[in-house]
Amino acid sequence: MTTLPEDLTKATAGTGSRRSGGVEVRAEKGRGAPRRGRRGGGERKMVPDATFTSYYGRPVVKASPWAADIPAYLFLGGVAGGSSVLAAGAELTGRNSLRRVGRLGALVGISVSFAALVHDLGRPMRFVNMLRVAKHTSPMSVGTWILTGYGPLAGLAGAAEIVKFVPNLPPAVTKLAAVAGRPAGWGAALLGPAVASYTAVLLADTATPSWHEAYRELPFVFVGSAAAASGGLGLLGSSLADSGPARRLAFGGAAVELVAEQLMESSMGLTAEPLHQGTAGRLMRASKILTVAGALAAAAGYRSRALSAAGGAALLLGSVCTRFGVFHAGQQSAKDPKYTVVPQRERLKAAGRQEADR
Amino acid sequence: MTTTSLPNPAVRAGWVDPPPRKGFFTDTSICIGCKACEVACKEWNGVPEDGLDMLGSSYDNTGALGASTWRHVAFIEQPARPAAPTVDLGMPSFSLPGAEADPADRTDFRWLMSSDVCKHCTNAACLDVCPTGSLFRTEFGTVVVQEDICNGCGYCVPACPYGVIERRGGDEKVVKNVGIAQKCTLCYDRIGEGQTPACAQACPTQSIQFGDVDELRQRAADRLASLHADGVPEARLYGADPNDGVGGAGAMFLLLDEPEVYGFPPDPVVTTRDLNDMWRRAALAAGTLLVGAMGAFLGRRR
Repeated sequence: MTTLPEDLTKATAGTGSRRSGGVEVRAEKGRGAPRRGRRGGGERKMVPDATFTSYYGRPVVKASPWAADIPAYLFLGGVAGGSSVLAAGAELTGRNSLRRVGRLGALVGISVSFAALVHDLGRPMRFVNMLRVAKHTSPMSVGTWILTGYGPLAGLAGAAEIVKFVPNLPPAVTKLAAVAGRPAGWGAALLGPAVASYTAVLLADTATPSWHEAYRELPFVFVGSAAAASGGLGLLGSSLADSGPARRLAFGGAAVELVAEQLMESSMGLTAEPLHQGTAGRLMRASKILTVAGALAAAAGYRSRALSAAGGAALLLGSVCTRFGVFHAGQQSAKDPKYTVVPQRERLKAAGRQEADR
Repeated sequence: MTTTSLPNPAVRAGWVDPPPRKGFFTDTSICIGCKACEVACKEWNGVPEDGLDMLGSSYDNTGALGASTWRHVAFIEQPARPAAPTVDLGMPSFSLPGAEADPADRTDFRWLMSSDVCKHCTNAACLDVCPTGSLFRTEFGTVVVQEDICNGCGYCVPACPYGVIERRGGDEKVVKNVGIAQKCTLCYDRIGEGQTPACAQACPTQSIQFGDVDELRQRAADRLASLHADGVPEARLYGADPNDGVGGAGAMFLLLDEPEVYGFPPDPVVTTRDLNDMWRRAALAAGTLLVGAMGAFLGRRR
């Protein structure tokens, strides 16, 4: 059962219009309309205003039933994946404080991720049913298996750090944790990037317009965001003497994210619009500001622990905003039939023209 | 329209020597909007109440397909009817008054009514993305949720290009299968016994026809041709083309206007069509992160 969307108030009955069925709505440029490119200035339109028909303004596709758990997981999984890579590098190059924050960050990130993923299920007790099949056509199945491999490895590497803080453990336990922690950390580093990037496919492999149309660049936005966030966490938690790799990863990740996001928007056509409107628009703007500011502070902070930490915190927050922004833009695009109908109509028109040319 | 060359999705799913693929042909030109299909579906399948609101959309107070709405009758009141390109030959008429309405005398109003249902796609996105194997392809080529396996991950919901499947909400003490994805089963329990699905059985005008998909496609093409010959040029088929974005639907429709007028997507494409490209790009991105992070260890210490 659906209730009427707010859009119906904007829709007008198509009295004697070209296509008189259902409800005809003129797609208008919202106030938060996109401006193409930063040099462009003026009010250039991404796509011309489109007239389209819908059934009483109701959505064609359904928005995902996912709550904040999922964008939170996108963020935390990214932090965990990136942190594992940083931690392994730090371990191999003798940067102890960076290794520690990386391993602990990965452990906490992936643990909370797992809790969020189970919590978001309609039947959390049946989580284990995820493990009864392995399907490459289901990014969630692939992701489950990636996490099944990554989780214990990141957990073991994290445990190797935790045992150092626990007093009065039998020496055998601390020894074992230290020995097992190294290869586990390397394994987690190899799987971590997959944890950070597959989530883009998770969103894109849907009929949600602003997720699917983003599929070309979204993995790069997400790994950029993951690198910026995990680099940021490294800057927050490591000593200045160990912070170089985290600083470079944070800066590079921020740059990749910002560039990939721009490319993504230009390839999305009309479905880029929700990234500039409402909650998603506010989040994406905040993400840009925080990411740029954080990257600059990270780059400039190599002599100041405080500036490094501030930059790291800004990058973490920026990554949160990116994930929630992309998530909300998709949800919004599913709720407005415009983003389903207009691009499909244009596709049909283009195919028709091609047919006629032949 | 070929009827023999189509790959049977049941065979593709591993069924050995399955029965013919089953489906629906919903001819909306003879739908009278009685909603018997909605009622019969609810009764047979024990689908709970889905809200008792007045939606202000003609006689449609159901709204859309969802977890507890497996058939949905759409009502569209159109102020103007596309003019039929008939040629007046000026012949005297011998029929009863009103039997042959002059297009010019018709009121400038028409009803469109259409009973929507799960399309049981040849390439079904819901089934592709299901991580538990709860959604499966039956021997009849239909797509069905196994409610004892679904863990309510909700992935099928945004994956469906038609907005059909949904996770059921509500109070677990009152409603069954709360938190589980639900949709039309094409009455899997009935067709396994050689019976007709409840909606088609209840349809008083045979607007909903059940049968072998191959035969239904032929029937749909014949009906389209006859409507075109009778001066209804706006008639068109939806979901009957095996070359469309979902490989053809198991449930096809004859419509009298653009699909989006009825709430259908005009050019649905199964999202997994692009999946290989998505995986390739995700792998490239993951590699970029790994190499980039390794590169970050070159250079200054702080």
